[in-house]
Amino acid sequence: MSLFLRLLFRNRLAGFGAVVLGVIVVLALLTPILPLHPPNETSTANRYLRPLSDGHLLGTDHLGRDLLSRLLWGTRLSLAVGFAAALIAGLAGAAIGVIAGYFGGRTDNVTMRGIDMLMAFPYILLALAIVAVLGPGLLNALIAVAVVNIPFFARNIRGITVGIAHREFIDAARLAGMGHTRILLTEVVPNVVPVVVIAMSTTIGWMILETAGLSFLGLGSQPPQADLGSMLGEARSALITAPHTSIVPGVMILLIVMSVNLLGDGIRDALDPRLRSGALARPMAATRVDRREVPAPQDEGLLRIDALETQFQVGKRTYKAVNKVSLDLKPGECLGLIGESGSGKSVTALSVMGLVASPPGVITGGAVRLEGQDLIGAPYELLRSLRGKRVAYIFQDPLSTLHPLYRIGDQLVEAIRVHEPVSHAEAHKRAIKLLEDVRIPNAAGRVGAFPHELSGGMRQRVGIAMALANDPDIIIADEPTTALDVTVQAQILALLDELRQRRGLAILFITHDFGVVGQLCDRVAVMYGGRIVETGPTQEVLEAPAHPYTRRLIACVPELGEGRRILAAIPGLPPAVDQLPEGCAFAPRCDKAQDACRHGEIELKGKNRQVRCLYPEVAP
Amino acid sequence: MGGYILKRLLSAIPVLLGITIIVFLIMAMIPGDPATAILGSYATPENVARLNRFLGLDEPLWRQYFIWLGNMLQGDFGRSFALNRPVLDEILDRFSATLILAGTAFVLCAVLGIIAGTISAARQYGFADKAITFVVILGISVPSFFLGMMMILLFAVQLRWFPASGMYSIWGGGDLPDLIRHLTMPAIALSVVATGVVARLSRGAMLEVLRQDFIRTARAKGVHERRVIWGHALRAAMVSIIPVLGIQAGFVLSGAVYIEMVFQWPGVGRMLVDAILKRDILLVQGGVVFIAACYVGFNIVVDVAQAWLDPRIKT
Repeated sequence: MSLFLRLLFRNRLAGFGAVVLGVIVVLALLTPILPLHPPNETSTANRYLRPLSDGHLLGTDHLGRDLLSRLLWGTRLSLAVGFAAALIAGLAGAAIGVIAGYFGGRTDNVTMRGIDMLMAFPYILLALAIVAVLGPGLLNALIAVAVVNIPFFARNIRGITVGIAHREFIDAARLAGMGHTRILLTEVVPNVVPVVVIAMSTTIGWMILETAGLSFLGLGSQPPQADLGSMLGEARSALITAPHTSIVPGVMILLIVMSVNLLGDGIRDALDPRLRSGALARPMAATRVDRREVPAPQDEGLLRIDALETQFQVGKRTYKAVNKVSLDLKPGECLGLIGESGSGKSVTALSVMGLVASPPGVITGGAVRLEGQDLIGAPYELLRSLRGKRVAYIFQDPLSTLHPLYRIGDQLVEAIRVHEPVSHAEAHKRAIKLLEDVRIPNAAGRVGAFPHELSGGMRQRVGIAMALANDPDIIIADEPTTALDVTVQAQILALLDELRQRRGLAILFITHDFGVVGQLCDRVAVMYGGRIVETGPTQEVLEAPAHPYTRRLIACVPELGEGRRILAAIPGLPPAVDQLPEGCAFAPRCDKAQDACRHGEIELKGKNRQVRCLYPEVAP
Repeated sequence: MGGYILKRLLSAIPVLLGITIIVFLIMAMIPGDPATAILGSYATPENVARLNRFLGLDEPLWRQYFIWLGNMLQGDFGRSFALNRPVLDEILDRFSATLILAGTAFVLCAVLGIIAGTISAARQYGFADKAITFVVILGISVPSFFLGMMMILLFAVQLRWFPASGMYSIWGGGDLPDLIRHLTMPAIALSVVATGVVARLSRGAMLEVLRQDFIRTARAKGVHERRVIWGHALRAAMVSIIPVLGIQAGFVLSGAVYIEMVFQWPGVGRMLVDAILKRDILLVQGGVVFIAACYVGFNIVVDVAQAWLDPRIKT
């Protein structure tokens, strides 16, 4: 609760709303004991006095009645009516929703069809029809506004009740022999109440506005009784000669509704876990860079990642996803980057072109050089012109990584035309050629398909075709086969390997599967807890792993035809990268760990084969 | 697509029937005797009975409903006793004015709301986002009738930029520029709340979409950021913005009642309020059914637009 209040008041606007609303409510409550003129006391000598007149702080209206007094009494009435309408709508709507949601079947069907019918009206029409029948009057306006809002509550509450009605504790209660009424009252209603209260608090401003509107039209409160809406309605005829009589009640309605809205937003935000964690932040066009020093250039290879550090800064926590990672990629070479989920391999790959979601991602150190040119901190326009042109990506799940609403041909055409000023027709021809290159049968027919019309394997071929669109030098493939089944996986790998040899592509291949690395990669780098723990030529690493983690990882790959053996899962979990242990990150899970492993910085040693271990399995 | 439109049109029939039943039942709950209301309290019982028979009010309720429905389907909405002319004629005369007002306001709220929401999301927590958020909060909190009055005070009385009321000038008006001068203020006043709501929901929808994987794909392709936002992201966000526009159309139509009162716009809303105050029940009944039917029709258009925008919807 205190956390909730703190979150609420951290939102300054919500705090402001709470204070304003509090003051208004207190004033409305105190109105009967405040030293005010009687609200209906007329005085023809004092008609239309301006604000700040003697004895009339806000002036007087067309009958010489004190505006301040009428304002406070009107506010009192409007608040009470709005609150009552919200209460009635909330209770009636919740009752309908709970019953429909709990019993389901025909009850649900019939009720919700009725609710749908009510929602087919623009809301005020229904309110007008009800007032037409009951006759003008404040109570009738209240009833009309309440009835009109019942469907909103009924729908929301029904949705929540349906969710609850199928949960285990309801089944348990039913099995225990409890009757429907008892289950509803003891199990369902308590779970629904908070939702009803929140929905009411967010709609109460709306209800006040609606009843004020009906009163403004002359269909609500009747003279001499006046709420804020009818004050405004009466003042309308004197809008030009005495504008203050309109402005006073109008501003009050504005203040009430605005403070309720601000408070309602604040409550909703404070309760939304996504907002707390910052998960609703929008990723920017390129990852934020905040780096103190730039490593000296070493011209070696096509792509050289040097001591790269990428962090996620969430609140006060810092997750060191990539911790001083260095890799290099030569033209035409395939480098495998392997590790468990959360080891930082994907973040490393995305950092290359500044594609790490930011916020919360920040590149805090190191360099990524493409033929000597540093990409970290490069101007956005330079980065953009290289993305897809020199360095292209293939992502894991082609269903979520292709735009669901664009035809695949258009997505390919866009990839081409972004970097090359060719005509649409020319680009379209090339798109079909690309689809043929990745062995999509009937490419000319498929070019007009939407992603959801293709199978997973076909979609990933489209993803590959898109990466090839501009004949890049480097392809970064981020687990491109993980979401596919095994036979399709083999086809995709064969395709990638063939394309690499034919086009002289360099590939950085991210995976968690040593089997895949063995098929495709010349060299491999193993990542753990945000760092490289071992690198070397694939065959050598596979045959004689030096780091205990690599050995265990290789042992995890089940082999067919090897007979029965124990699947060697690695006990424990990968470390959380916001609180890495000192020394070797793998030490807590390592069966060979010594005391020395838990202290100080352990270097990555070796030249052709490197290992970050004090007690390697084989000498590097 | 043609099949989908047909299916959607057919599914509107039960909704329309439901609307007529609801309106009929509400109107049937009116206390007192309509014949007495029409003839006045000095009418003789024979005259009341005769009028009741003439109006078909001596029939059982369900038969009255079907007679009423049958008449409406033939274009006979009854006769307004206050105006002494057919209800449908009066509605049709007034409806074009409402359509012009509400239609303009709807286009304004859709275009401005989506643009503001998109900018707001693209510059999340930046100055533009904060400024838009502030204006939006103000916009959704101000009663449209109060806003309209203040606009009259400022732009019609003080600055004399626009006329304060009516749809056309009484002398020498009637052309399009004249209509636009009269339309500007009411259309803006009517669109403000809806613009705020659309902006808010567009911002939310955009933020949701901008975190999706396909946005990262577009960026990885080297697509210009402006196109990522206004093309890829907005296109996907439209799928959740369009239904909101359908709901907002109902709010704009509702708000038109207030705005027509404030600006003396000769539309259906003002007609309904006058009819209620004069207890002209048939006019209220016909007006409500007519507008509700139009709203149902508009929602079909929204659904079709949605299906056209999102190929994943089975058509």
